[in-house]
Amino acid sequence: MKQIDTTLPKIQFTEKASKAAILPTASQSKWKRNITGYVFIFPWLVGFVGLTAGPLLFALYASFTDYNITSKMNFIGLDNYKRMFTLDDMFWTSLWNTVYYVIFSVPLTTAGAIFAAVLMNQKIKGIKVFRTIFYLPAILSGVAVYFLWMQLLSPSTGLVNQFLHMFGIDGPNWLFDPKWTKPALILMKMWSVGGGMLLYLGRMQGISPSLYESAELEGANSFQKFFHITLPLITPIIFFDVITSTIGSFQIFQEAYVMTQNGTGGPANSMLFYNLHMWNNAFKSFDMGYASAMAWFLFIIIMVLTVLNLKAGKKWVYYEGGDGK
Amino acid sequence: MRDSRELKIYRKKEWNSKNLVVFLILLLGSFVLLTPLWWMISTSLKSTQEILQFPPSFFPKQFHFSNYIEAWKTGDFTRWSMNTLLIAVASTVGNVLINSFVAYGFAKVSFKGRNALFVLVLSTMIIPGFVTLIPQYILFSKLGWVNTYLPLIVPAFLGSAFNIFLIRQFMMTVPNEIIEAAFMDGASHFRIWWSIVMPLVKPALLTVGIFSFTGAWNDLLTPLLYLSDEKLYTLQLGLQTFKGSIQTQWNYLMAMSVMVLIPIILIFFLFQSYFIKGANLSAGMKE
Repeated sequence: MKQIDTTLPKIQFTEKASKAAILPTASQSKWKRNITGYVFIFPWLVGFVGLTAGPLLFALYASFTDYNITSKMNFIGLDNYKRMFTLDDMFWTSLWNTVYYVIFSVPLTTAGAIFAAVLMNQKIKGIKVFRTIFYLPAILSGVAVYFLWMQLLSPSTGLVNQFLHMFGIDGPNWLFDPKWTKPALILMKMWSVGGGMLLYLGRMQGISPSLYESAELEGANSFQKFFHITLPLITPIIFFDVITSTIGSFQIFQEAYVMTQNGTGGPANSMLFYNLHMWNNAFKSFDMGYASAMAWFLFIIIMVLTVLNLKAGKKWVYYEGGDGK
Repeated sequence: MRDSRELKIYRKKEWNSKNLVVFLILLLGSFVLLTPLWWMISTSLKSTQEILQFPPSFFPKQFHFSNYIEAWKTGDFTRWSMNTLLIAVASTVGNVLINSFVAYGFAKVSFKGRNALFVLVLSTMIIPGFVTLIPQYILFSKLGWVNTYLPLIVPAFLGSAFNIFLIRQFMMTVPNEIIEAAFMDGASHFRIWWSIVMPLVKPALLTVGIFSFTGAWNDLLTPLLYLSDEKLYTLQLGLQTFKGSIQTQWNYLMAMSVMVLIPIILIFFLFQSYFIKGANLSAGMKE
């Protein structure tokens, strides 16, 4: 170990610079620091240009052409967009299916996750075991899980309808009835409520107990404590969760692909979601130009929704210390 | 009687009526959440006659472990498992190494444009994966990468916004004094990243690693798009095609599904605390 030379002149640092590693100017010039920084973020830069920004711009350009991989690209102006909005009935069907799914699945999973987190936040023996049980389904996904749910939801022998039968209820035909396919997928989504639950729980455990104690002294009951303390303090997480799960639900694809025999869209196209329709256009009929137009329209929808969420969030999200910036 | 009363005093408010209600709800919830998994295992052990029986039995009459062997033989499952393992390990290595490397740059090196670029990193999180999917496919096919593992592995070596964010959060807590001292000792930034900061942020790296592994293991979309040669199939893709060949042999299908999920369940129980850390790290995020 070399002794650090304590005779080096102490350098005054500005507050801004001290956020990063401060390097003695003698040993590293500004120029060298910039080079070092860019070397570190280089892999991300390559990925950003090659796999994100470049493709995004290419998709925009392709959306104005009749690109189909094999022949030359011809510029066709707004034809793809016209076809999307006026000629392609399936476009509207797929958009409606997706919006339906988002509108129901996001609030239900959010509410379910908050409810589960509140339960998990109680001081009860064995709470860790419960937490594990609730979280386990959240990490299981993929084809195996879709098969499991196809089995659980099968009309006559499935476990779900067997259960309803015990209460004298005739269960629906789930994946075979256009009215019930989307609720079936939402039910499946609810099974993985543990992921969101952990997020909220992480936040709740950071709330100082003294807040609850002083509320108790003033005679607040459990409900009042939840609505006046817990709920306002977890709003930043609700906000984050709603934004990410909206983006995620809008892109539902895998389960619909597997559960409708390779992406055919299910009974009466009730499971033809936006991305499934885009996938079929891009990789089954190689209508890349048209699929790119669909992709960009999806991008615009997500951006608008996120901006709306951000704007609305300013009104209801509570940040300790006032401004959340 | 008296004993139990004394116990009550020791365990302060352990079993008041509110806690009892919560406990019962949790018990019911656990039952509801675990039943599907039980059903999966139970179905996988039933005989072919028994799965057709109505109403279905909750416990298999006999445990047909042979279903697992039969199901395994229907496809090239040994090869597919190896393929999946290879892809999952490679993408885990890429994700952990590269994202921590990039995060170090954003956390500990002050360079021009750093903050603006970091905002750019965060803003890419809202770009739907499907928007870039088609151009990426065209790019990879022009490179001649279709039907190879490159499209599944290379992107993992080019950084992912969320993982960069997560590791950077953790690196911000490493005191700058440590880095300065090492610098005075003549260590380079790369040396500091590798031998000082990486060990200090191990929990974040493990979290990212676990999520990358399970993500790659469960992914169907990318293999479906890029792999057509059955020899190259992953488990997800194999399972998906396998369905067609034996239609409604639910006992075999469930046996297969159980086997595909076992590694994930094992990882879950081994690293449970890191999953929870990951959630807490994300929960600590402010805009």
